[in-house]
Amino acid sequence: MSGPRNGRGRRARQTGWNLVGLALFVVMVFPVFWMISTAFKSNDQIVSLNPTWFPLHPTLQHFRDAIDKPFFWQDVRNSLIVVSVTVAISIVLSFLAAVALARYRFAGRKLFIVLVIGIQMLPQAGLIIPLYVVLARYHQTNALTGLIVTYMTFVLPFSVWTLRGFLLGIPKDLEEAAMVDGSTRLGVFVKILLPLMGPGLVATSVFAFITTWNEYIFARVLLNDQSKQTVTVWLSGFLGSSRHTDWGALMAASTVTAIPVVVFFLLVQRKIAFGLTQGAVRG
Amino acid sequence: MAAAAETTLIRSRRRRRFWNRTLQASIPYGLIVPVLVVIGVILGYPLYWLVKLSTQRYGLFELIRHQGVSVGLDNYRSVLHDQIFWHTLLRTVVFTVVNVSLTMVAGMAIALLLVRVSAVVRVLVTSGLVLVWSMPVVVAVQIFYWMTNFQNGIVNYVLTQLRIGDFFQHDWYATTFSQLSLVTVLIVWGALPFVVITLYAGLAQVPHDLVEAAEVDGARPWRVFRDITLPILRPILLILTSLSIIWDFGVFTQPFLLIGPSKITSGNYLMSVYLFEEGYFKSDFGRGATISILMLLMVAALSVAYVRKMVRIGDEP
Repeated sequence: MSGPRNGRGRRARQTGWNLVGLALFVVMVFPVFWMISTAFKSNDQIVSLNPTWFPLHPTLQHFRDAIDKPFFWQDVRNSLIVVSVTVAISIVLSFLAAVALARYRFAGRKLFIVLVIGIQMLPQAGLIIPLYVVLARYHQTNALTGLIVTYMTFVLPFSVWTLRGFLLGIPKDLEEAAMVDGSTRLGVFVKILLPLMGPGLVATSVFAFITTWNEYIFARVLLNDQSKQTVTVWLSGFLGSSRHTDWGALMAASTVTAIPVVVFFLLVQRKIAFGLTQGAVRG
Repeated sequence: MAAAAETTLIRSRRRRRFWNRTLQASIPYGLIVPVLVVIGVILGYPLYWLVKLSTQRYGLFELIRHQGVSVGLDNYRSVLHDQIFWHTLLRTVVFTVVNVSLTMVAGMAIALLLVRVSAVVRVLVTSGLVLVWSMPVVVAVQIFYWMTNFQNGIVNYVLTQLRIGDFFQHDWYATTFSQLSLVTVLIVWGALPFVVITLYAGLAQVPHDLVEAAEVDGARPWRVFRDITLPILRPILLILTSLSIIWDFGVFTQPFLLIGPSKITSGNYLMSVYLFEEGYFKSDFGRGATISILMLLMVAALSVAYVRKMVRIGDEP
């Protein structure tokens, strides 16, 4: 890159760009840093008008306070149940549909693609009223099953589209060669497609996990009981429970809520960028 | 005898082949049926109810009785004659335009910056972006709320220290403009990682020789950007812009939680918040359904171009 001609000017410019990049990094990451930093500070440091940037004597008190709040464990459990059931069912069903899209041409294929992409564009708020009324008719409000079913409408189309992308990356020749060698369709599916799709299935499950874990509006509308809520609703109601804002505990609770998502996200980061260009993830 | 046996054999083979072919042709349908059934039941049925509800008076009493009262098109008349609806629509359109423009311009600028910085800085910035990307929206809202709080928000402190103005105990939540500006900062911050990383990947497709040739011929950086980079990025920019428009138009969690349920008024509604408050919170499901339908139609109109493009991509193999 750095050619011989006017080398010094070039180097100066490069340093300039690097400084801009560093400033950008600081500004972008600061909120996350500030959350973690606050979570470990003492209360005196938090309410002080002169901010403490780094907690040199970190305390775990806020984490203890946060997880001791009523319904924390209950709501984490609810989130885990909703997420795992939604993801498990959706991945199995959408894998089948993805195979159909990636490997077969059939009448109505285009219509199915329109459906799969169109549904992902629907604003969630636009569906809360009918879903609430219909689920209330079947006494499924305030029940995790109602929420699981609701989440599937969004996770299914998204997973179908992403898995289709991963399937297209597997050459058809492999399957055809196995068919020639006398394998049945089912045999090809189990022995060749499934193992090769491992990474794709994991990545898609993780996206589905993240979207479901982060979801707020449906959980807020469909679950009223505090003992039935998910962590995002629990976290959003954190401030409402006390008159005096407990910032330390709020940031500790935020950190705890974010950790599983961050860990999973970093694990499949590269694949996510790939999946996103294939379809859409809700931002 | 032998000939007759042969014809039955051929016939049965032909029949088997016919069944085989039918079976083969029905495989894809068998594969998509489970997804179709689930979507049909959990989306199709509520959508039918949505249309039905919009022609009914349906409040708490009707919810308990499981029976609405038909009112024809009264809900539509009421919503379309409601000043609040039109004001909310206008506010949401302006909000969307501002948010999408800021996201796309800043995203493009950062992507171009990433090309120019050294490898170490690039890795650092990219990792930072991925970290931000992974923050759950509800968590991000809490952080922003803490950073901008009236008593000792760090944003107030830093802006005051940088001599940008006196922000000591400045209340960011005092005016609608200020509230929605904060929401904008939150949304743009959260949306940038996706936009930047996608655009940066797109920039890799810009041929080096072409840029260098243009520079040798004396083209200024702006010319190079406009005549070489931009045309190559066009498809990606189109997809990102359409997605951003659709997401920002229907955004709910950020404005609802950051402004705070207690400070939400008809004066700072965005479309999704309006729908939530008027339909769900006030238990006026009939009117809420009407607003939903109008909103869904608007988003459908906005998505046509995007869906069409994606279908073309999906239909390729």
